[in-house]
Amino acid sequence: MPNLLEIQNLHVTVEDKEILRGLTLTVPAGEAHAVMGPNGSGKSTLAHVLAGRPGYEVTKGDIRFRGKNLLEMAPEVRAREGVFLGLQYPVEIPGVSNMYFLKAALNALRTHRGEQELDAVEFLKIAREKATLLEIDENLLQRGVNVGFSGGEKKRNEIFQMALLDPTLAVLDETDSGLDIDALKVVANGINALRSPERAILMITHYQRLLEYIVPDKVHVLSDGQIVETGGKELALELEKTGYATFEKKRAPDVAASAPAQSA
Amino acid sequence: MTQIGSAYIERYPEWQNGLPGRNLAWLSELRADAFARFAERGFPTRKTEAWKYTNLAPLAKDVFAPQTAASGKMPATVPAHIPDLGTAHRIVFVNGRAESDGSTHNALPKGVRLMTLGEALKEAPDLIADHLATDNKPEEPAFLDMNTALMTEGAVLTIEPGVELEAPVHLFFLTTDAAARSAMHLRNLIMAGKGSAATVFESYLGTGKAEYWTNVVTEIRVEEKARLHHHKLQSEGEAAYHIAMTLTKIEDHATYDSFAMSLGGSLARNEIRALLDGSGIDCRLNGINLARQRPHLDTTTTIDHAKPGSTCNETYKSVVGDHAETVFQGKIIVRPDAQKTAAHQLNRNLLLSDEAQANTKPELRIHADDVQCSHGATVSELDEQALFYLRSRGLSENAARSLLTEAFVTEMLDDIENISIREALRHAMADWLAGLSGTGGQA
Repeated sequence: MPNLLEIQNLHVTVEDKEILRGLTLTVPAGEAHAVMGPNGSGKSTLAHVLAGRPGYEVTKGDIRFRGKNLLEMAPEVRAREGVFLGLQYPVEIPGVSNMYFLKAALNALRTHRGEQELDAVEFLKIAREKATLLEIDENLLQRGVNVGFSGGEKKRNEIFQMALLDPTLAVLDETDSGLDIDALKVVANGINALRSPERAILMITHYQRLLEYIVPDKVHVLSDGQIVETGGKELALELEKTGYATFEKKRAPDVAASAPAQSA
Repeated sequence: MTQIGSAYIERYPEWQNGLPGRNLAWLSELRADAFARFAERGFPTRKTEAWKYTNLAPLAKDVFAPQTAASGKMPATVPAHIPDLGTAHRIVFVNGRAESDGSTHNALPKGVRLMTLGEALKEAPDLIADHLATDNKPEEPAFLDMNTALMTEGAVLTIEPGVELEAPVHLFFLTTDAAARSAMHLRNLIMAGKGSAATVFESYLGTGKAEYWTNVVTEIRVEEKARLHHHKLQSEGEAAYHIAMTLTKIEDHATYDSFAMSLGGSLARNEIRALLDGSGIDCRLNGINLARQRPHLDTTTTIDHAKPGSTCNETYKSVVGDHAETVFQGKIIVRPDAQKTAAHQLNRNLLLSDEAQANTKPELRIHADDVQCSHGATVSELDEQALFYLRSRGLSENAARSLLTEAFVTEMLDDIENISIREALRHAMADWLAGLSGTGGQA
């Protein structure tokens, strides 16, 4: 399998504080990977830097997406190239209807791919289909983006957007947080339905609960800005039993000075 | 006295000859008194509280002669610029003069009259005498006085008691470069009789780049139980001065619903004085200033609660980009008798650049003790998180900024009942937003 995503020795600074300190990670097409780690290990930073959020400064290292330099792309270009970030805290945007926003987004992607824009009727047909999959009430689609949505509805809306935008790489930041067990099953079903040989999914999560429903091909442990352990799905269970402390001491002694080829 | 004031005084005798209604002694006297008051005080300066945030020096630096000559015809390209309001009754003024070609107010229902000020001074001078320069006066009357002294044209609309006018009335004022360096002193009168209902759309359009000055006063009376929806679009030319004063007197159980969108001119002031002279009044004042490049757009309102038990809600928003400036001054007066008054004011400003400036000044003078009053003001920038969220789904930065800017103001239009006016305003807003993307920040 070709590697969809290749991250080499990534160093990222946020507000003058180095959060990622030489992170190396590869995800091949067709696989679902989980990145697990304690609070403050840099999980959300990894998610945001993949999507190109302003304020995250890459001081060293490289990210390749389908062989292209992801770091040179504006956030919207990454989206159009097929990167999707499911946010931990989806933003409420009063005055912008969910449908209007998503139609504009999908048409921006289609134009980028050289496809024709969808008109309102065509868009609505596809949107309804995907909404059914995520058990999303159609009324929510007419409302302002995430306005008045419950925590669970916001997360379902993220996966609904993912289904609609059909990304090649989906980065899901703490998608399970704030979900009760029923909502978690709906969201997990939605994500599982999107697994395909062409697509990769990177789940970023603190707990292994999500991984009971979306079984990962690989689990990576992130600690203090570095991947310190990579294993199969059983690694998540081990973490659940022993906690993160066991892995923290495995961290490389001098990451700042290490060569880009350092492996996890 | 400012130097510029004296230039106006020197030339006033010469201008007088071109003014309409010279045969009416009462009018000549009214004009002379008004001019004398103006001559005594001159243009307001920033030391005048009501003009604290708006510097009139650019307007006062030169003399704008009143546009009294019989003006040219409607330019052939103009009809395309007139907002399409379907079945509206329309009265058109070009460069301050009545233009019968574009006007369509022949088929008015019984009980409704729509005339030019010139016609009204000939055909119904007593009507004008009764309603001109009433007691509802602004705190700083310089421009009202100058207008009374020099008014040349305007629209006069009367609706008799009980008449409900279905189609909106459109007062359309167009200024072209033919009016460069001149002043249009316009005076509109709207009288909504007891229990009547009407929708009026006042729009100002400038098609050129020349400097000119629109000085308009609109006097309105909304009698008992009447309902008047009054909407305004100010899209003057980019170098224009637009000084507008709306003086509205509202009586028992009447509704006055005002919405103004201001997006043109280099210096524009939209001042409204609403006198709530009765009980059970429902007064709504709303508006949007859309300012980009370098204009200065000022909205100043005074809501004077004179009697008990009336309500007034006002919301004004500004979007300010580039080097533009906006002003909101909102004064609420609750007189000692006006118990059980409800008055709520909100001013929200969105800054799109570091150089943009929004000034906001609420002023509450409450002399009654049993009232519900509130006010709030915010100045903010586009939400960075929302911008990133939209971009992370594929929208360009410009598209995301434009969408969020639109979201900030668009809900303001939802309350406009007349669909064709709402759509005309929505179009004007969309054009403005599209222009914003062109000059907006980096890609």
